[in-house]
This record gives sequence, C-alpha cells and structure tokens, in this order.
Amino acid sequence: MRHVYGWLLLTPAAILLVAFTHYPALATLAESFFSTGTAVRPSRFVGIDNYESLLGDPVFWQVLRNNFWFALGTIPTSIALALLMALWVNARLPARALVRMAYFTPTVLPMIAVANLWLYFYTPQIGLLDKVAAMFGAGSHNWLGNPDTVMGCLVAMTIWKEAGFFMIFYLAALQSLPPELEEAGRIEGASRWYFFRRVTFPLLMPTTLFVLVNATINSFKLVDHLFILTKGGPDNASNLLLYYIYQVAFSFFDVAYAATLTVILLLLLSIFAVVQFQLIEKRVHYR
Amino acid sequence: MISNLEKAAAWVLAILWLSPLLYAFWAAFHPPAFATTFDPLAPLTLANFEKAWGYAPFPRHFLNTVVLVTMVLAAQLVLCTLAAFAFARFDFAGRDLAFALVLVQLMIMPEVLIVENYRTMARLGLIDTILGIGLPYMASAFGIFLLRQTFKTIPRELEEAARVEGCSWLGVLWRVYVPLARPTYLAYALVSVSYHWNNFLWPLIVTNSVSTRPLTVGLAIFGAPESGVDWSVISAGTLMAVAPLLVAFLLFQRQFMQSFMQAGIK
Repeated sequence: MRHVYGWLLLTPAAILLVAFTHYPALATLAESFFSTGTAVRPSRFVGIDNYESLLGDPVFWQVLRNNFWFALGTIPTSIALALLMALWVNARLPARALVRMAYFTPTVLPMIAVANLWLYFYTPQIGLLDKVAAMFGAGSHNWLGNPDTVMGCLVAMTIWKEAGFFMIFYLAALQSLPPELEEAGRIEGASRWYFFRRVTFPLLMPTTLFVLVNATINSFKLVDHLFILTKGGPDNASNLLLYYIYQVAFSFFDVAYAATLTVILLLLLSIFAVVQFQLIEKRVHYR
Repeated sequence: MISNLEKAAAWVLAILWLSPLLYAFWAAFHPPAFATTFDPLAPLTLANFEKAWGYAPFPRHFLNTVVLVTMVLAAQLVLCTLAAFAFARFDFAGRDLAFALVLVQLMIMPEVLIVENYRTMARLGLIDTILGIGLPYMASAFGIFLLRQTFKTIPRELEEAARVEGCSWLGVLWRVYVPLARPTYLAYALVSVSYHWNNFLWPLIVTNSVSTRPLTVGLAIFGAPESGVDWSVISAGTLMAVAPLLVAFLLFQRQFMQSFMQAGIK
C-alpha cells in the first residue's frame, strides 16, 4: 500500500516536473541534432552540424566571453561588499536595522524595475553620470552605447542588486560564530584586522564558497535588464548567453541553433550544480 | 567594536544604496521640469502617477500579476505538500531516484528551457494565457524540498496518535503536518510571491496581449527608451509596480530576509 500511496501523492507534481523540466531538457538535446524546419524544408537529422556552426559562430564566443567578464566583474566585488556589509550590520551600529534594510532593499526589486531606475543614470547628457562628469569638465558620453563602457555599467548595477542578498548569508554565518572567539582575541590583544584575517574570514570560508557558486549560477540566469538597457548591444558587447538564446529562438527563429546553445547553458549549469552539491556534502562533514 | 570612521562608512554606503530608489521617488513626485534639478522647494505633484496609470494599462497588469501570483502559489502549496508528504513519510519503491529527479529542477528552472517550453505551451493551446505563465512553476522542487525537510522533523508519535484516533492518511496530513509546518509555508509563500511578482523572461515569451501580460512585462514595454515617455512618468510607473512588494518588505523585513536565505541555501 505504501507504494501506491507514495506514488499517488507524488503523481500531480511529477507530471508537471517531467513536462516542464525533464522532457524539455531531453527534447532540447535531441533538437540540437536536427536542422530548423521551414514550410518548404522540414527539419531533418544533421548530426553535429549545429555544434560545428556553434564553434564557428563568433557571436557565441563573444557571448561566452561577455558572460565570463560579467561574472568576474560582479562576483568578487559583490562578495567583498556583502562581507563588509555583514560585518558592519553585525556590529554595534546606530540605527542598525535601517542600514540593513537599505542594503537589502534592491534584492526585492524586479530586475526590470532596477534597469528602469539605472537607465536614467546612464542616459547621455541628462543622466546623473554625465552630470557628475560635467562637474569635472568632462564631455557627454554615451555610457550604454559604447562597447568599452557598457559592460561596466551593467556590472555596477548588478553589484548594487546582489550585494545585499549575499550579505544575509554572511550575517547568518557571523551570528553563528561563538562570541568567546572574539573575547579571546581581545584578551590576546589581536587587532581587528588581524582577528578578521586569521579567525573570522577562514571560519566564513564555507559561506564564501557557497555564495560564490550561487553567484556564478545567477550570472548566467540574469538577463532581464538587457531587455531595457541594451538589447545585447552595441554590436553584442553586452550580450549574454541566455539572452542570445532568446534572440536566436524568438527573433531569428532558428530553433535548432537555439537548442544547441541551450545545451551549452545546461552543461555549464550542471557543472556548477555538481560543484555546489559537493560543497554541501563537505559542509555536512563539518558538523 | 567598530570605529566612528567605519560607522560613518556604513552609513554612507547605506545612503548610496538607497539613492537610486530615493531618486526615483524624487522624480516621481515632482513635475518633470524638476526631475534633474534638486530644488528642495520644488512643488510636489501626483500628476506623474496619474499619467503613468493612463499611459499603460496598469490596472490590467496589476490584476494579471495578482491572479498569476495567487494561482501559482495556491497550486504550489497543494502539489508540493502532497509530494513532500510522500517523500517524507512513505517508503515507496524508487523514492530516492524520484527525489533526485525532482532536485534537477533546482538547477534547471523552466525559463532556461524557453524554446521547448514555448513549444509545449503552443501544443497545449496555452500561449497568451495566465495559466501558461504559471503552469511550468506549479510543481516547485524548492517547495517540495523545503516541506519535506520540515515534515521529517515532525515526531512520528503525533502521527501515530492521530492514526489511533481513526484519522486517514490525508487527515493526518491536514490535521498534523500542515499546521505544524506553518512557518515553512509562510517562508515559502514569501519567496514564491516575490519570485513571480518579479519574474520577466518567461512571461514575456509566453504572452502577447495586454489581457495577460503581468506588471514586469508591461513595465518593460512602458519603460523602453523608444516609447518616448518622460522620465518622471517612468519613475512613477516603476514605483507603482514595485510598491506592493516593497511595502510588504518594509513591514516584514525579518521574515523576508529569513525566507530569502532559505531559498538561497535550499
């Protein structure tokens, strides 16, 4: 009976999970070996042709590079800021709750709204950035229209959006550290920086690794802001993998190639998931 | 103890962090002429909100988002409760494999598989429906995982006592497990509502008319530079779209942070 009950209870959720996660993942893989069908030429098996054109597609490589720079730009800075925020908010600070609220607020906003708010900073001439630049005598600059500055703009905005979210993990970890440690440090006459470097930071290592993996996964999933700010431009300078998949599928209607790109994305996500899983395993070991 | 210098730095960073939002408030509540000049005596106005409300079909978008969020959450609560109960208390054949397959969704969210999921929705005739936006999210691996963890901590004795009293399996679930897992349900609901209130890519793909588009999609169309709407009105529209969630966050900060943390840790 337990078999019947178990499966009966699971069935409704299982049907939906299979229909929208497992089946499409496998169908995507299958699709990547076929050509995109048209009204005159139906889809046919092409082997690894799609993967060959992927390797020869300069936009694909650029998008991967962009994803790499986007991750490298956002992750270390937002982790460092998150740690700093957590240390401050964990210490005795006047109006601590207010400061914590300020740091965390961007987390509850949709990326679309964030992009709307930040678009204005980057607008040439009337935007805040150009106004500040004008104060220093610099001329107007098209921040989002220039391939050299566009990625920096997106990185700054994403750091603002994410740092507060990562802060709460550090905050929880800090609060679980025994207070005796700090007392012992003080008695021994350790400076705050020394204590942080030799005691707090190493103890927070599992949190740092955990946040690192999460941040990496996020950097591949965050694309909403591109719809408002740049549409991947100029000349693909700010395009990211998931956004490129969207373009290929819904603007160029090349479904087979979009599937091929999706397979790459799934592959990357799986690698991160395996790393994440191993981290969690290790952390269980600590206890 | 931290030095006064650090306290000041913490404060400066906090103000810096709030400034984009504060700036949006400034622009939204003042006439467009004052959008970029910070004159403390500038007249206050609600005209931008009125305009935003009129330019885009905001009432409709609000309604769609509320319907979407409610529908998804209701379905998630039912489906995840049943599945989590099965995983926590029934030792059925293939349980561990099934659970591992459920966890796959933590990594591959439906919006990553946009091409195939769009095709499935087309086959089901659910393109441009609110159900089409919500359906892929209704069986949530995160919800199943979270509830399973909670259910496992509930002592078996309680369940056995209820069984002796003549409760059926579903009765046990409803009378023992669900009430005891209330904090988990609250945490999960906050995460789910925030996620779907803010979700954009999948709703954008699957909808193509005002009658189904949620707020985020409406906001994206309205705020796009080519729409030519002026900055004050965009600020007002953006604030309206985020207001419900923002107010809820300000009221229940602690709950929000704790829920988001659980969602991160999984």
